Amino acid sequence: MSVPARAAALLAAVAAVVGLGVFVAVYYIGSQSTSLPTVRYTASGGQVNVVLQEDPQNNSSSKPDWVSYYVQDPATRQWVHTTLFSVPKDTRVNVTIYGYDGCTPLRNNYWSQVQGTLGGTVSVQQFKKAGKPLGPARNVSVINSWATCSVAHTFAVPSLGLFVPVASPPISLQNNLCGTSPCTPSSGPYSLEKFSFMAPDHGGVWRWQCLIPCGGGYLDGNSGPMQTLGYMMGEMQVVS
Amino acid sequence: MAVEIQPERAEPAGGGPAAPEAARPWWMRPGFHIGVIGAVIGYVLGHLLGDFLASGYAQNSLSDSNDVPIVLGYLCATVGWLAGLGVFNDLLRAMAGKPLGDSHQEEGAAEPGLAKYFRFTLDHKVVGIQYLFGMIAYFLTGGLFAMAIRTELLSPAYHIMGPNEYLMVVGEHGTMMMMMMSSVILGPFGQYFAPLLIGSKRMAFPRLEAAGFWLTPAAYIILLSGVLFGGFPTGWTGYEPLATEARQGMDSYYFAFGLMGISMILAGFNMIVTIITHRAPGMRWGRLPMFIWSMFTVSFLQVLSVPVLVGACYMALMDRTFQTAFFTNQLGGSSYLYENLFWFFGHPEVYILALPGFGVISEIVSVFCRKPIFAYRVAAAGMIGVGLLSFFVWQHHLFDSGINPDMRPLFMLTTELISIPTGFIYLVGMGTFWKARIRFSIPMLFALAFYFNFLIGGISGVYLSDVPADVTEHGSFFVMAHFHYTIMGGLIFAFMGGLYYWLPKMTGIKLNETLGKIHFWTMFVFFNSTFLPLFAVGDMGMPRRVFEYARNLETLNDWVSISAFLLGGSMLIFLANVVMSLLFWRERETGNPWQARSLEWQVPSPPPPGNFERVPVVLSSPYEYGVPGAPPVADLNPPPGVIGSAYASAGLAGVEA
Amino acid sequence: MAAAQNLPAPGPQGHGRAEPRHGLRLFLMWLPMSVAAVAAIWFAWYPHLPPGRMSDAAAGQQFDIAVLSVTAAPVVIGVLLYFVYAIVVWRARPGDDSDGPPIHGHTRIQVWWVLITSAIVMWAFAFGTYELVVPAGAGSGEGPVPIWKLTGTTTPAWAPGTHDMLQVQVIGQQWVWTYRFPQFGGMETTRLDLPEGMPVEFHVTSLDVIHSFWAYQLGVKADANPGVDDVAYATPKQYGSFTVRCNELCGIWHGAMYNYGRVVSPAAFETWAAGVESKERSDGLLAALPPYALVYDPTVIPQLGKQFTKVAGITGANGYYYPGPQAGTTHGDPVSP
Repeated sequence: MSVPARAAALLAAVAAVVGLGVFVAVYYIGSQSTSLPTVRYTASGGQVNVVLQEDPQNNSSSKPDWVSYYVQDPATRQWVHTTLFSVPKDTRVNVTIYGYDGCTPLRNNYWSQVQGTLGGTVSVQQFKKAGKPLGPARNVSVINSWATCSVAHTFAVPSLGLFVPVASPPISLQNNLCGTSPCTPSSGPYSLEKFSFMAPDHGGVWRWQCLIPCGGGYLDGNSGPMQTLGYMMGEMQVVS
Repeated sequence: MAVEIQPERAEPAGGGPAAPEAARPWWMRPGFHIGVIGAVIGYVLGHLLGDFLASGYAQNSLSDSNDVPIVLGYLCATVGWLAGLGVFNDLLRAMAGKPLGDSHQEEGAAEPGLAKYFRFTLDHKVVGIQYLFGMIAYFLTGGLFAMAIRTELLSPAYHIMGPNEYLMVVGEHGTMMMMMMSSVILGPFGQYFAPLLIGSKRMAFPRLEAAGFWLTPAAYIILLSGVLFGGFPTGWTGYEPLATEARQGMDSYYFAFGLMGISMILAGFNMIVTIITHRAPGMRWGRLPMFIWSMFTVSFLQVLSVPVLVGACYMALMDRTFQTAFFTNQLGGSSYLYENLFWFFGHPEVYILALPGFGVISEIVSVFCRKPIFAYRVAAAGMIGVGLLSFFVWQHHLFDSGINPDMRPLFMLTTELISIPTGFIYLVGMGTFWKARIRFSIPMLFALAFYFNFLIGGISGVYLSDVPADVTEHGSFFVMAHFHYTIMGGLIFAFMGGLYYWLPKMTGIKLNETLGKIHFWTMFVFFNSTFLPLFAVGDMGMPRRVFEYARNLETLNDWVSISAFLLGGSMLIFLANVVMSLLFWRERETGNPWQARSLEWQVPSPPPPGNFERVPVVLSSPYEYGVPGAPPVADLNPPPGVIGSAYASAGLAGVEA
Repeated sequence: MAAAQNLPAPGPQGHGRAEPRHGLRLFLMWLPMSVAAVAAIWFAWYPHLPPGRMSDAAAGQQFDIAVLSVTAAPVVIGVLLYFVYAIVVWRARPGDDSDGPPIHGHTRIQVWWVLITSAIVMWAFAFGTYELVVPAGAGSGEGPVPIWKLTGTTTPAWAPGTHDMLQVQVIGQQWVWTYRFPQFGGMETTRLDLPEGMPVEFHVTSLDVIHSFWAYQLGVKADANPGVDDVAYATPKQYGSFTVRCNELCGIWHGAMYNYGRVVSPAAFETWAAGVESKERSDGLLAALPPYALVYDPTVIPQLGKQFTKVAGITGANGYYYPGPQAGTTHGDPVSP
């Protein structure tokens, strides 16, 4: 081969190698966890108020039928389709979860028990619609998903020992669940759950997940949204 | 040998009219480009067929991902790819009773230009070169994934990649290496040199051989396409039932593995028949080069164990697409079934990876010690022993999994026993070094590194075979270090040694010495500095495939990661050497630079199309270094009619017909 | 010199040219190095070898690794020494193009090699089997029908200071470990505390995919398969905390599936376990848990049996354990009982 041809072949080989490397780097390093937005909560008076909701579907275009959590941005009050949020360290985190999704029995009913919250309980109140509560808020330590179908998902941060079952609207109302996401209190029945826990005293990333396999996958239901950031699992960043 | 020139037939896909071969322009003849077109068309058709067959599956069966179109798409894409390359042309002609097309066999390697490497060429030397470049590409791709893994493992808590991306990268790296590198020596060197070493003009089944090669790019692309689907979360072992719950990327893993398995079966089958039936007169079993013994043994392993894998992949795909329950415990299947099927293949697989390395090293060591192979029969027995025993040890991957406890001493015994024939390699090596005249060429350096690395790898294997020690070490980075030492430290170092040794023969060009030495030393030093600490990391409690680990292991992991990056750098030096030597410097080396006795060095570099003018008559073993008055290894120009007396002993070598 | 097939290679009879006795030299170099290595391993390194001595299983493994190292060190030293010696002593001198002596083999050396390697292998096998059997399976998961068990009384109620065997069920699910103690009413907890000095019988199972329970400092590793009860034994011998990690790739959070356990005094353990049991009983959780069983089929929920039917084997998406939504209903609607 002539010199120009060889030079061209060499340049092509180098370009291919470099291109492949760059592609790989960009693709993998720019992964989902960095492309999802992180909702930042700032403390006031040593407390933060984290507001989440879980919906029977979501407003993404790729997987609209996946159940999903949403996080509310504290500044704009908008629901962000993400599961990443950050809280300051060593603060009291007050979590409010709006549960719009219907019930599914827990695979391991142990998770019916509330663990890791301050006081060991959660406060649960059911609503038919905004402003129409079906009873007072009650503090419970167990929401037995096998006695009545009453648990939709869980919110669990295993490293902190925090396991909270998220109640679903009562069974009688589960034919009229919210149909478009992000849900609002006027779009369907919901359960309102509140609990608090202490953020750890050092920075880091804590994963959280749901423990009810209601996702995809021919068996076991732990695929699909259960294994995808931004849907049923996420990360809580603790900033120092 | 008369070669019929036939007008080339139209492609089965209904291509152009039959025309005299010379008139068809290159872009209308079957080749790589038509293969790509065939693959794309095939994928689309398969996907549509799958959608038609299984529409609504995701909703009907709650599976959330519709795998049938993807699997059918891959299937039809592979068929289209092969059809476009012309793999089926001769088959269809034979089935139709028409004369076979011009196989280009005689001109194959002599055809000028590079186009022959992008076609379904039947010359085994062309296939060998195709394998060589393919394997280098697959290896470097897998290496890039490894760099990504080590980047993530720099920190125990800060994550660069999301958990799904990390598992995807881990799985792609492992599968790319274990799946594609099975043929890293058998492909480039086995296919190229088996006929040359046994004195044959060709392989027994050239079409099978070439088809076996062309399946590998398909497997490679299909495996990489898993990335587009989010990858697969099971690592290279593909354990069920996790695999059933995985998303579409899992299909690419099973399908690619199945394809590669078929390629391995074809290659192995071809090699066995060639070695048995195509040996030149005088090439007795007792004179067979060690490399051929290793190819022979490996081919048996492939033919016998890979079908089990293909079956396991098929069953797993059935579980995922048509929702059978082979591997689902609560539906009557068994997760253990997959583990056993996989490891019944998986253990011979690692010997498929290791044995060719033994063969190459034996060749190199004999040439550069200028001595016969010490205890030739023991070496051959070692290869056969390893191959045979490798079928009886697979449960050692399953010691803690809840198998019958009384099986464990049995498999501990067989696994320990396999270290005896493996040790024969060392007996042979050490014996060959005794009072030798050692020449430190680059292939010899790689051979020495092989002995060092495989020693560590092999001894760590003894630890793993011991069930109590295995309780801590199974599934940890200790295992990781063990198999990287045996497979990368063994096989890849042997591959590099073989490449430096044989490239002058294959291309008439030798690789640059200086760059070669730099490559060797950086690779050796950084390989050891990368993997040696991993024994400690594993023993200190870090499991495999995790991206969070104990903080006290961070320093070790950082050291390993930096070394790994430097090891990657040494691979770049290797790549630079290959590219620059072959494209620019082109230092000619057409003779017998290593003064080797074996048969392949007795023909010009690169060898002519038929390898030999006439089938040679082998007169003595290729390892008769230092034997005064030893006859040459073969008579390359036997007079006509001498075949009948070909089994004469060496003493009659000088007899004229 | 005749072109004999077998030249006498190493050995007492030297060659005519005062050839140095390589074999003797090598032996004399190998011996002190091996002795030094063995001594260093046994006396200096052994107490620090993984996995430590927190349990009898771990101590047995540590001893086993030490013995293996002591066996392997002379072999490694021998081979490496030989190669280094070879490349120093037998390198081709510059300008020397000759071949080496045509030594095709040496039957005595070959026979000795096979004998010695076989002896080492058989020794390793015998010792390994001994170390597997005697410490009750060396902490490995033995499957549902274990052969090598710890001695201990299996009782429905466990008391400290006795020979009672503590039964711990380890349940792996994606991606958390939980532990059930049948001797304490079947209470379940995410914390694994163990009593020091008393035998523990682990029953490891899974609710979904294959996990593997690896308590590193206790030297226990048992795979968790769905529908399978994998039994392992250990007796904790030291106080302290140990790490529990998942050792079999089980999905994306496999790397994050770990927790810590503690070995405490038997009295403290009983206090804790009884406390958890009474709390769960009063919470109503104990009644809500499925009855303790060695394996669980999550598709069958007894409490729901009257109200819901089990889908023919499939635990599908959305986790419905009863027939899924009727056609036409929207996602997320359960079927009313």
